[in-house]
Amino acid sequence: MDKFKGRVWLLGDDIDTDIIIPTEYLALKTVNDMAPYAFSPLRPELAGQIKEGDIIVAGKNFGCGSSREQAPEVIKALGIKAIIAKSYARIFFRNSINNGLLLIENPDLHDEIKEGDEIEVCVGQAVCANGKEYPISSLPENLLDILNAGGLVKAMRRLNGLED
Amino acid sequence: MGMTIAEKIIALAAGVDSVKAGDIHTVELDRLLSNDGTTHLTIDMYNNLKNPKIADVSKLVWVIDHNVPCDSVKTAASHKKMRDFAKENGIKFYEGKGVCHQIMMENHVRPGELIFGADSHTCAYGALGAFGTGVGCTDYLYGMVTGHSWVLVPETIRFNLTGKLNPGVTARDLILTIIGKIGANGANYKAMEFAGEGMKTLNMSDRISICNLCVEAGAKTALMEVDDIAMDYLKEHGRTPKACFSSDADAVFAATYNIDMSTIVPIVAKPHFVDNVVPATECSGMRIDEAFLGSCNNGRIEDLRLAASVIKGHKIAPTVRFLVVPASQAVYEQALSEGLIDIFMEAGAIVMNPNCSVCWGSCQGVIGEGETLISTGTRNFKGRAGHKDSFVYLASSATVAASAIKGCIATADEIK
Repeated sequence: MDKFKGRVWLLGDDIDTDIIIPTEYLALKTVNDMAPYAFSPLRPELAGQIKEGDIIVAGKNFGCGSSREQAPEVIKALGIKAIIAKSYARIFFRNSINNGLLLIENPDLHDEIKEGDEIEVCVGQAVCANGKEYPISSLPENLLDILNAGGLVKAMRRLNGLED
Repeated sequence: MGMTIAEKIIALAAGVDSVKAGDIHTVELDRLLSNDGTTHLTIDMYNNLKNPKIADVSKLVWVIDHNVPCDSVKTAASHKKMRDFAKENGIKFYEGKGVCHQIMMENHVRPGELIFGADSHTCAYGALGAFGTGVGCTDYLYGMVTGHSWVLVPETIRFNLTGKLNPGVTARDLILTIIGKIGANGANYKAMEFAGEGMKTLNMSDRISICNLCVEAGAKTALMEVDDIAMDYLKEHGRTPKACFSSDADAVFAATYNIDMSTIVPIVAKPHFVDNVVPATECSGMRIDEAFLGSCNNGRIEDLRLAASVIKGHKIAPTVRFLVVPASQAVYEQALSEGLIDIFMEAGAIVMNPNCSVCWGSCQGVIGEGETLISTGTRNFKGRAGHKDSFVYLASSATVAASAIKGCIATADEIK
């Protein structure tokens, strides 16, 4: 996961969990069934346009609201490689790490790039966009272990010798 | 250096003498709440573990409250999974008895406990001096299987309350004002602590309402000292504290706000953000299609009494559906015995069974395209109560009741 490039989808401040996955779709059987409805109150076409490896760049307080874990799960199911936001709501932050979704904080990137830009992420070091470097901090090693395993349950299974 | 209430509870749960904000500690959890919003996911993950075991089943409380009664075959399957698992494993289980946080307050929460709830509004338990915090189902599973988890010790923002709320103004108006002041992420990762002389004027229902909504400012938890009012509630419900804490005089706070409650006015949070608050009078005359009285925030007997006092002798506007949803069976029975349900029915309200109802936009009362709801629910996010192009205004039970009569947003003092 050390270094990757991706195309940017630009979202605003306070993207809440009801926007990420509205209540009415939570009864669907799997997160893959829910994925086409992600972000639908805000941008109904978005889920269909996101491709594997894309990156979401957003403003402050991303993921505020409910504790529904389907929120990070559905973003991961869409193929989003990482989210880079000014800040995250705390329950969403924990849920994302626990599901192996990489979250990065940076205060400036959101205001200086546009949708469709291709950016490069060097995990724990910097984001490169349009010839400029945006420093990012590194996650502690235990959280990186969970991310690299694909989430907390997978990390537990790996510790138990149930997964490679 | 002194400690805050949040620090003292974490120190106790971690088995250490002291902790400070920013430390990470492994803690033993006192109680674990989960509801039908996500429990089916927890069960799926649990069944995927090798020889899974529940660390201490007596700490688990499971509540079916989000879709009650069940409204679809898909939901029925998820409820059945939860019901069967609870029975098989001897988990304390409630169905149709009320909203999970109200059930927890009435039956389980003890001062000084550290409680994980797979629901964001778990922070309500601070009204009884307990550290309640919302988690996802993976963190819940980890706590259920191991009995512990890790927490980052939060900084605390202190709110010193003085004075008294004016008639027609509620604790709901107070907390909406505070969220408007500090913003939807103003307390992100932090604890919000309420103290001061003004606390004496707030009953348990007011306190639950305040703590419950703190997650809408991003807070990890909300906390209050356990005083005589909290102890009376605890005794009345047959429980004793684990530990009663107050913040030390030399405890360090990230920020301190002094709030004179007599300056608070009826508030409305406009779509689509909880911190988008204005005095209710600024929205006066805004037409509504539906009004909702209920939820873990404002479905208690005190809310029903206040709304009934506004409504008595009036009729609901013919253009409005008015949903009244007591937060628990106990509240419902009390409202029946006090004649409040008669008042709502005579006025033309739709009185529903205890559940989360339209607060979370499923099961009942969902609003259509272009429609407007005034609600005592917890959130007004875009699409939260139904169609993506609908509008939710959050307000107190008094303002919701007055608006239901007028057919447009109105405050209680406009009803004669």
